[in-house]
Amino acid sequence: MLQEESDLSLIIAHIVQKLKSSNLYAQLERQAWGSWEKRILKSLNSMCSELSIPLARKRPVGEQKELLSKWNEMGTDEPDLSLFRPVYAPKDFLEVLINLRNPNYENGDSLSFRTHLGLIQVPLKVKDIPELKEFFVELSLNTGQLGIDDSTQVPPELFENEHVRIGQKVLAEEDSAAAQQYVRQGSPTALRAELWALILNISSQPEDALYYEQLKTNVIQHDLLVDSLIYKDVKLTASNDDYYFVFEDYLYQVLLCFSRDTSVLGHFAYNSASPPKSYIRGKLGLEEYAVFYPPNGVIPFHGFSMYVAPLCFLYHEPFKLYQMFREMYVRFFFRLHSISSHPSGIVSLCLLFETLLQTYLPQLFYHLREIGAQPLRISFKWMVRAFSGYLATDQLLLLWDRILGYNSLEILAVLAAAVFAFRAVNLMEVTSLAAAEAVLADLSTLKVMPLLQIFLFATVT
Amino acid sequence: MAGKVKWVTDIEKSVLINNFEKRGWVQVSENEDWNFYWMSVQTIRNVFSVETGYRLSDDQIVNHFPNHYELTRKDLMVKNIKRYRKELEKECSPLAEKDENGKYLYLDFVPVTYMLPADYNLFVEEFRKSSSSTWIMKPCGKAQGKGIFLINKLSQIKKWSRDSKTSTFVSQSSKEAYVISLYINNPLLIGGRKFDLRLYVLVSTYRPLRCYMYKLGFCRFCTVKYSPSTSELDNMFVHLTNVAIQKHGDDYNHIHGGKWTVSNLRLYLESTRGREVTSKLFDEIHWIIVQSLKAVAVNASPSLTSSTANDRILKYNLINDTLNIAVPNGEIPDCKWNKSPPKEVLGNYEILYDEELAQGDGADRDLRSRPGQSLGPKGSRSRDSGRSVLTTWK
Repeated sequence: MLQEESDLSLIIAHIVQKLKSSNLYAQLERQAWGSWEKRILKSLNSMCSELSIPLARKRPVGEQKELLSKWNEMGTDEPDLSLFRPVYAPKDFLEVLINLRNPNYENGDSLSFRTHLGLIQVPLKVKDIPELKEFFVELSLNTGQLGIDDSTQVPPELFENEHVRIGQKVLAEEDSAAAQQYVRQGSPTALRAELWALILNISSQPEDALYYEQLKTNVIQHDLLVDSLIYKDVKLTASNDDYYFVFEDYLYQVLLCFSRDTSVLGHFAYNSASPPKSYIRGKLGLEEYAVFYPPNGVIPFHGFSMYVAPLCFLYHEPFKLYQMFREMYVRFFFRLHSISSHPSGIVSLCLLFETLLQTYLPQLFYHLREIGAQPLRISFKWMVRAFSGYLATDQLLLLWDRILGYNSLEILAVLAAAVFAFRAVNLMEVTSLAAAEAVLADLSTLKVMPLLQIFLFATVT
Repeated sequence: MAGKVKWVTDIEKSVLINNFEKRGWVQVSENEDWNFYWMSVQTIRNVFSVETGYRLSDDQIVNHFPNHYELTRKDLMVKNIKRYRKELEKECSPLAEKDENGKYLYLDFVPVTYMLPADYNLFVEEFRKSSSSTWIMKPCGKAQGKGIFLINKLSQIKKWSRDSKTSTFVSQSSKEAYVISLYINNPLLIGGRKFDLRLYVLVSTYRPLRCYMYKLGFCRFCTVKYSPSTSELDNMFVHLTNVAIQKHGDDYNHIHGGKWTVSNLRLYLESTRGREVTSKLFDEIHWIIVQSLKAVAVNASPSLTSSTANDRILKYNLINDTLNIAVPNGEIPDCKWNKSPPKEVLGNYEILYDEELAQGDGADRDLRSRPGQSLGPKGSRSRDSGRSVLTTWK
């Protein structure tokens, strides 16, 4: 244990040492990701040189002590963040996705794809409604759902009481697979925290607590440029949110540690992206002089902290919160801002959304396109954030129940399409992108499960 | 419907006036014949004071009961609750039951409180018993957190000692009167912060007692992390949640104003603490409200100033629902009304307590067998009479 701890310190110190005077160069592996990566690293670099701030530095002892004493209320700190800007925002990322082209496409792979009028031009395979109905069979009209069948008008004996009882049984038997199946119908509020931990196989062992403490120590000892980006993001997004502002301090405690957690690098093994690397000046391309920056390989973008915020409603110990967030990230959230062909990857989700709309709501789709309001331009930000900050918290948690239950993010695309379907009448009357945005600006009153059910199972196709 | 309701108000707030206008009611001046007068506290005092001897006619309604100050003023509130408890004890009501230590089982919802300077000596006796406790001093007649401070040493309240040479008997006037209560220094914290609850309750009649609770209440958070340490006793941003105080803190955020809806609170508590505890909490909150009303009291003037856009919408809807219940169908008020409105007009109000229904026959009431839950997001249900209140609430 002691060896691991000091290894970790060594790694971080190593990184800091190497980054003392370096620029970042991206290693070009896949062309699309490579050029995007290049852009964001360039952005980070220029911020670095403009502000004359190093990518990383060791804190002087006085500063370390101060930070330690303020660890539980970093939100009260008011560093001057005016010169920092987010490295990128979702809309920048969307532009990249829009410009993706499959080099094989020229051979006329998919005839039907030629008629695709959306923004995404990569012919990935996505499910149609019949396939979605099969995939999401537990959401059908005949099956009880939390989010629908637990409302005031429904007597609890019909579904809710029994469902809760089953949930308690699943927890008692510590059956992870059963838990995953169970939450497809929604998780009772009081059982959700435990169920999600069971599904993700998170049990809080002493070594996990120690690991978190080690990360905290790293935060205290070293300051990274990304820390300022994290601060800025939290201040801009979560602090202004009606539901999440209360948890501001927890967000720093989680995200600052997260950016130093080299174990997160592990997810790049199944992520077609690669972590941004830095090379010592003059040693570009020489692996022994390479180091990942930030240490976890994840550069936060505008809105990143919203991945953590909803979890604060479930876990109020920072260390447990940290574990849950990290696992959610390396299983799901990373797919929302990396380029891949995975069915839950953001590219597939965008394509799924557009295809659903164009196939099942063609009039709406054409109308919006005509007025210069491509639907994806509006729904993209919802999907990238997994709807966090757009839905009411209780609704969001019901949605994330299903992400865990189905081990897929496709539900995000289906919900996005369902929202458009729901507001179709108003949308048909708008004549500009701005007006369309206005119709869809406020999702806080939406009930997620009825929308999904109606779209999948009650719409004439 | 004979004529339009004629309204007057001396409070220039859009959430009120917009609601009157949208019903097509007619604005008149207070000298004319009016049906509905939304009065400020000062006006109520004048209208119902002994000197003016004003009497409402049968077709007039106002927005406060004449005895509203019985709860607005903290000293009167404390007196009322203490008196109420004693009365119940005398009647041998099961509500007044105590445990082995002499603590009320069901009516222990006010911390130990004394009036100053009247109860000064009693207070000192109590203070000396509990060695290192903190106490909170609140002026009786003020609101919005004004004049409140915390003490942990007797020397800090020397002024109120009856024997003190500096005190005069003139200090019996309401300005000098304070209540002092045991400070609860382990409050429930969320995100490390203290918060309080702002709930709206409409009382349409006292006898029989009919009251409604607005479903959309909210919590107000302190901007600064809570610390029970004595060094922070002076920092009002840590201890007082009133918006009027928090508004001036450095971290006050104008977009959300440090508020959560009560349903958010419920979601958070259920998620982190479990359902039974949360249901019990809300049951007990409702219980306290009904008991306090029974001890006679209503806070006179909810703030109608809106601090954020969401807030404005909330208060507009609140007044709207209030008017729908108080003046059903926009008819000219009649004191002979049987004022029990149909369920449809409740809007976001739930029946908190309806004495008539409670004392009526149980046969035709819709009783759901939901253990441990009386009011909550699941809607309202009627209550049994005083005796079996214990079995449904607890």
